[in-house]
Amino acid sequence: MKYSEIMVRYGELSTKGRNRKSFIDRLGNNVRNVLNDYNVEVKANHDRMHIILHDEDAKEIMNKLSNIFGIENYSPVVKVNLNIDDLKKVVLNLFKEIYHSKISFKVDTKRSNHNFEYDTYDLNKLIGETLLNNFDDVCVKMKNPDVTLALDVRNDGIYVSLNKYTGAWGLPVGTSGKALMMISGGIDSPVAAYLAMKRGVKVEMIHFYSPPYTSELALNKTKDLVVKLTKYCGPITFIEVPFTKIQEEIKNKVPSGYLMTIQRRAMLRIADIIAHKRKDLAIFTGESLGQVASQTLESMVAINDVTKLPVLRPLISMDKNEIIAIAKNIDTYGLSILPYEDCCTIFTPPSPKTKPNLLKSREFEKLVDFDKLCEEAVNNIKLTKISNNDKYIDNKINEFNSLL
Amino acid sequence: MIYFDNSATTKILPEVLDTYVQVSNNYWGNPSSLHGLGEEAFNLLNQSRQQIANLLKVRANEIIFTSGGSEGDNWIVKGVAMQKQRFGKHIITSSIEHPAIYNAMHQLEQNGFEVTYLPVTNEGLVSISALKKAIRKDTILVSIMAVNNEIGTIQPLEEITNVLKQYPSIIFHVDAVQALGKGLEKRIFGNDRVDFASFSGHKFHAPRGTGFIYKRSGKKICPLINGGGQEQNLRSGTENVPGIASMAKALRILLSNEEEYNQREHKVLNVILNHINKFKNVRTFYKNEKNHVPTILCFAILGVRGETIVHAFEEYGIYISTTSACSSKKGMPASTLKAMKIPDEISNCAVRISLNGFNTVEEAEEFNNVFDKLYDRFKKIN
Repeated sequence: MKYSEIMVRYGELSTKGRNRKSFIDRLGNNVRNVLNDYNVEVKANHDRMHIILHDEDAKEIMNKLSNIFGIENYSPVVKVNLNIDDLKKVVLNLFKEIYHSKISFKVDTKRSNHNFEYDTYDLNKLIGETLLNNFDDVCVKMKNPDVTLALDVRNDGIYVSLNKYTGAWGLPVGTSGKALMMISGGIDSPVAAYLAMKRGVKVEMIHFYSPPYTSELALNKTKDLVVKLTKYCGPITFIEVPFTKIQEEIKNKVPSGYLMTIQRRAMLRIADIIAHKRKDLAIFTGESLGQVASQTLESMVAINDVTKLPVLRPLISMDKNEIIAIAKNIDTYGLSILPYEDCCTIFTPPSPKTKPNLLKSREFEKLVDFDKLCEEAVNNIKLTKISNNDKYIDNKINEFNSLL
Repeated sequence: MIYFDNSATTKILPEVLDTYVQVSNNYWGNPSSLHGLGEEAFNLLNQSRQQIANLLKVRANEIIFTSGGSEGDNWIVKGVAMQKQRFGKHIITSSIEHPAIYNAMHQLEQNGFEVTYLPVTNEGLVSISALKKAIRKDTILVSIMAVNNEIGTIQPLEEITNVLKQYPSIIFHVDAVQALGKGLEKRIFGNDRVDFASFSGHKFHAPRGTGFIYKRSGKKICPLINGGGQEQNLRSGTENVPGIASMAKALRILLSNEEEYNQREHKVLNVILNHINKFKNVRTFYKNEKNHVPTILCFAILGVRGETIVHAFEEYGIYISTTSACSSKKGMPASTLKAMKIPDEISNCAVRISLNGFNTVEEAEEFNNVFDKLYDRFKKIN
């Protein structure tokens, strides 16, 4: 079946009252961004979005759409000539694809073209009859049918749709503002970023890089993780913070039990400065309560102390297994578990304090000249725009394939 | 030159050699090294492993690289014996195995294991009834070759498998060194009873010093070579990445052309077989297509020693061998023929032709011409 357009139904945003228009505009732009490489036309109307395919492959486009937040569901649509016989033929073909015994349906016709010889009532009846006559064991049901056959009679033809695919739900990325996401390269932070995006947050990634204690491979792995996330929102800004000097200073001056706490405070301090500079409204992390020493409530109190911005933790009450399930779902798991040292695993003291004291943390922090060091780090950040087609760890798969 | 000794070794293919050279030049890092060079070599190693696994329709972690067939055979026989000795010390094999198997068995015998050598039929096939009788409570391993290297018989793997299905705790090893590219992959990997199989690269146009074993997931084996923990800590030693990558390529070429090669091999073999069968003093050890690979033909010219025949053909630039390269220099009569109860005066006269997928009918015809000349000449001395 050749589809002429894809009809997109909006999710939660249809309840957004006066903000509705800006939400729809944003979703339209997000869809255009993701479908940039295709010759399609995106019309974000107030009730539905229509993606005119212009001969592009419907399956491919729907695949891309399935990742865009703010979409409740979508249907591929066939355009038929204004001719009742053609219409019947297409309807029968479409129905055949989803037919099973005891299936219930209804026909829902809209008609803006009042010159067409059949009116809404006629069409509902005619097409309903056609289906009942051609398929065994089907029934018509007005409330909660298994499938709804939607007919839209317009001046240039009749638009028929039947299959409905579930969208990604959530809110269009960007409608909830912009925030900074602390990403490490592990399993958790990409999942947290995904959940933030799902609630409409546009995220910028901040990553702390400590060569030679962490390898370039670990950095590239993190960037590749970000590439995986671009399918939900388009290009993402990646902020690389040089962290070696600070870590060395801390290691040198702070008692080993507080190494981790002070390091985390340093990271959050830097994130706070960068967030203010870049007008980010919040800081997201991948922390989950009790998972490691830095993720106890006491640690959060001692670390959170350095910023007034909201520090948001989408994974806070999730089990590791739940997090892993999402990570597999969004295809970041395999990359996350590659065995490269990341900035969290090095400089971990043998027995970090799981219940650090806030006042002590403040005192120990004074042993290091943080203002100067953080400023220096912030002045030397490196920004990268990471897009869909980027690749940072080069596995040389194609080159090797030619050898093998 | 006509090379009809492909069961001894094959010539490396130019494109396989090309991979060997390129990998040696460009990806020579140690796969265990942390740095980028090592990482690259590690990725190439794993991609090669994945390709081999895909070609054989098994999992990548079921392929473990070795230095070749003898290592694989020795390792599996001894490694399984060590691994399972607390469950029993009885092993079953056949009387027509490659020396890598039976000499490993001899060594185990000297160390307190008991080995039963199954007899074969006069056709060279392992006797199933003997297998059934040989199985005991303390049997831990059955090792049977897929294809005999001296006369080319395909052993009754399905029947052996069916017998062993009733004894799930016995490990079943198949020496498959001569079996790749003969359309037998499905019979080796397509059932869930073969636990181990051994393979050698240089038998299918890959470089010397390459090979791998198949180890079914979950099956345990003691390592023979301990060290740096490579190959799942089962076979240590810095991986031979150029060898492995070029072997992966050779296997791809072999298996993607398998049918075409087999058809040609059949044709070439039949041209020779039909010709030499006409001669009164010739004995061929080839019963039927079903139990025989198309690449190996063993025959004897009565009254002429095998070495004489080999050298006589060599004068015409045709390379064949007495029955197996491994025993030919020792002047031993073919052990497979002996096990088939062929009298020494015949087996002493046996030679082996072994083909590959690139041999041609023209070569077979040339062989036949030379054969005629030699046959006349030998008639005079008889």
